[in-house]
Amino acid sequence: MSQLALLRAPLFSPSNREIPLRERLRLALVITRRELRDSLRDWRIMTPIVILTLLFPFLMDFTAGMARDFVLRYGGQNALIAERLNPFLLMIVGFFPVTFSLVLALETFVGEKERGSLEPLLSMPISDSELYLGKMLAALVLPLAASYLAISVYLTGMVFSSGWLPNSLMLLQMLLLNSMKASVMVSAAVIASSQTSSVRAANLLASFIIIPMALLVQGESILLFWGQYDVLWWIIAALCVADLILVRMGIRIFNREEILAREMDELNLGRVLRDFAGYFLRPPEQALQRGVHPSPNLWRMLRHDIPYLLCAHWQPLGMVLLTLTGAIALGISLAAQWPLPEGAIRLDALPQDTFERVPQLGFLPCFSITGVFFNNLRALVLAGVLGIFSFGVMPLVLLMAPLALVGFFAAQVAALGYSPLVFVATFILPHGFVELPAAIIATGFALRVGAALVSPPSGLDVGQGFLLVLADFLKVFLLLVLPLLFLAAVLEVEVTPQVVLAVYGMRP
Amino acid sequence: MIETANLSKHFGFIRAVDGIDLNMREGEVLALLGPNGAGKTTTVRILAAILKPTTGWARIAGLDTVREARQVRRIVGLLTEVPGLYTRMRALEYLDFFGQLHGLTSRQRAARSEQLLRRFDLWEARQQRLGEYSKGMRQKLALVRAMLHNPLVLFLDEPTSAMDPHSARQVRQAIIELRRERRTIILCTHNLSEAEALADRIAIIRRGRIAALGSVPELKRRLLGDTLLELRVGTSLDGLLPLLQDLVQVQECGVDWVRYTTSTPEMVNPQLVQRLSERGVPVITLSEVPRSLEEVYLRIVGEAPSDEDVHEPISSFESTPVLSQQ
Repeated sequence: MSQLALLRAPLFSPSNREIPLRERLRLALVITRRELRDSLRDWRIMTPIVILTLLFPFLMDFTAGMARDFVLRYGGQNALIAERLNPFLLMIVGFFPVTFSLVLALETFVGEKERGSLEPLLSMPISDSELYLGKMLAALVLPLAASYLAISVYLTGMVFSSGWLPNSLMLLQMLLLNSMKASVMVSAAVIASSQTSSVRAANLLASFIIIPMALLVQGESILLFWGQYDVLWWIIAALCVADLILVRMGIRIFNREEILAREMDELNLGRVLRDFAGYFLRPPEQALQRGVHPSPNLWRMLRHDIPYLLCAHWQPLGMVLLTLTGAIALGISLAAQWPLPEGAIRLDALPQDTFERVPQLGFLPCFSITGVFFNNLRALVLAGVLGIFSFGVMPLVLLMAPLALVGFFAAQVAALGYSPLVFVATFILPHGFVELPAAIIATGFALRVGAALVSPPSGLDVGQGFLLVLADFLKVFLLLVLPLLFLAAVLEVEVTPQVVLAVYGMRP
Repeated sequence: MIETANLSKHFGFIRAVDGIDLNMREGEVLALLGPNGAGKTTTVRILAAILKPTTGWARIAGLDTVREARQVRRIVGLLTEVPGLYTRMRALEYLDFFGQLHGLTSRQRAARSEQLLRRFDLWEARQQRLGEYSKGMRQKLALVRAMLHNPLVLFLDEPTSAMDPHSARQVRQAIIELRRERRTIILCTHNLSEAEALADRIAIIRRGRIAALGSVPELKRRLLGDTLLELRVGTSLDGLLPLLQDLVQVQECGVDWVRYTTSTPEMVNPQLVQRLSERGVPVITLSEVPRSLEEVYLRIVGEAPSDEDVHEPISSFESTPVLSQQ
């Protein structure tokens, strides 16, 4: 057997997917160990960690003692404040060392890039997720260990100074809170590190992590002083979800090419607009082909682009449909739980001026075509904007609400002896058969816009991916959703009332 | 061992690599030459399965660099332009780390590290922090890292830059030995004499394309013309030139010397010497006039602006290689 054959034999069999999880974890841990060793040898990292771990908790013990004495001496019966101070300081003592995870994580990729050590690492037989996991763990382990140690030191001091110890549930909450906060900060910082070209740029981006964290710590402080410990579980759960999203986002958008090729973090508005215009004006299947001249051909967009985009987005549209079905089912089940009293809804003799009195309900400025149109438009635009900040979740929630109401009232109507089908056919369908598809399409595309931040379209970075889906969203919104919304508003104002009154109206 | 077809890599509007077709056999050394920004490093990064091509494909030992990236990275060794060492580590620790990532056992790692560190005179410095290493030592250690897992294919980006003559010689010797061991090597360098000495073939990259590909003699013949020969005789050449001109193309001449070119020196030279001997003209020397690779290189890249200044390839420039590949 030739040397080539000998060398090939053990290497060729496993594909990436066939590599056992244990082996993948081993590779990630090799990276973690090296980074940890590196951090432990750096006095610039170790000195503050030691201070925050060993000296700061003693200072907190001292502060707690002083504050307790002050409150007991001058606060009279307000000893509760002193009691609530201890968990607050426990949280602070654990949180300070955790902030170091941000420093470590921010430079994890971009720091290596600046030192030139990233390329040899990227040339190793490891996958992106192994590399990413290894780096994340490395940034997490040391600050978390320091946080736990600081908590231990603080509690030891408290036992000796005042005899106070938290109950096991509170201790668990504090440990989980700090762990989740560290994890969220690290995942966000690793994303920043893998998407910037210099440590300086990554550090500047850190404020986007620090500000929400600072707000969170303030919120937790309020909860701790008010003794709302149960709410902390919800915060832990929310952090857990945020962490999962960030880790998923980080792994998805981690891109060796981007890391190696990116040289500048300059925001070039001209280029952004040019790219956006290109994505908007080219046929969708050629959107990424910069060689294709962008042409504002309205007829082509209507005949070709819109149907193409609708077919290409069958997954988010299907998801919206599924969610809406769930919302209707939820409305029906809620109706069973909270039935309306008999006579609450009377459909057998609706007065002829029913629809003229709609503005009195308060959710429409006036029951006119423009009023209905702009109301629906505002709701869908808001859903689109919220979709960006909620990774696509909020548009779904916003659309679920009216559909749940439809289900709720249809079920109530049925319970009161009316036909739910006639109810839906008269109140909803005349305009709904146009309005609902418009809302579903807009929500589906808004969902894709939000999801693009976590999972950009294949082959694109976050920025370009976002521009592409935003261009698709805008194209569909302007050319399809807006006309449908207008038509729906016309039908809702001109046709639906006639149908409703024809079926349920008071006979003159 | 290495195959590429229409290999291209675009970064936005910049075409870093633009349709490279390459075919290398096992044990071959190819020198990749070209100005800064020509696309050498990007090409190597694609071949080392770090970057994905925008179009086209590359295979290393039959493995696709995109679909089988992990396996490709196992059989290639990459010496990057910057050594990129972890300066707080020591040499053995450093090699141990990369050995673990390559899946070598601890015994293999220790043995291989010692063997290579001794080979490159770094064994004595194994306990020093890498931050204390000189530039040359760092470069050598980076080369050791690339060779640690005994790769079938090596990509060496400026392997002897920043090295003293002794170290550079060690590295060149190592490359020769690797070739003897049937390793396939791509050598990116600006050192043309090194490329000429080490490489079986030369590829000159210009604006992301292979502008010339072939062995050094082939390139010289194609770009600089037929072999230039110099004949020195013991008497004056007066009246003898017409005798030569029907055999060769005389380029220059002096009293007792003449320079000529011929496409078939193996046939022409014996005839020429015979003719002169028949006339009683003693031939003192007949030798090839040395022409450097630098002339070839400059002929291709020297007259146009730097590739760093011009990102968009000029379509009319060398759309096909000067020489077809072997």
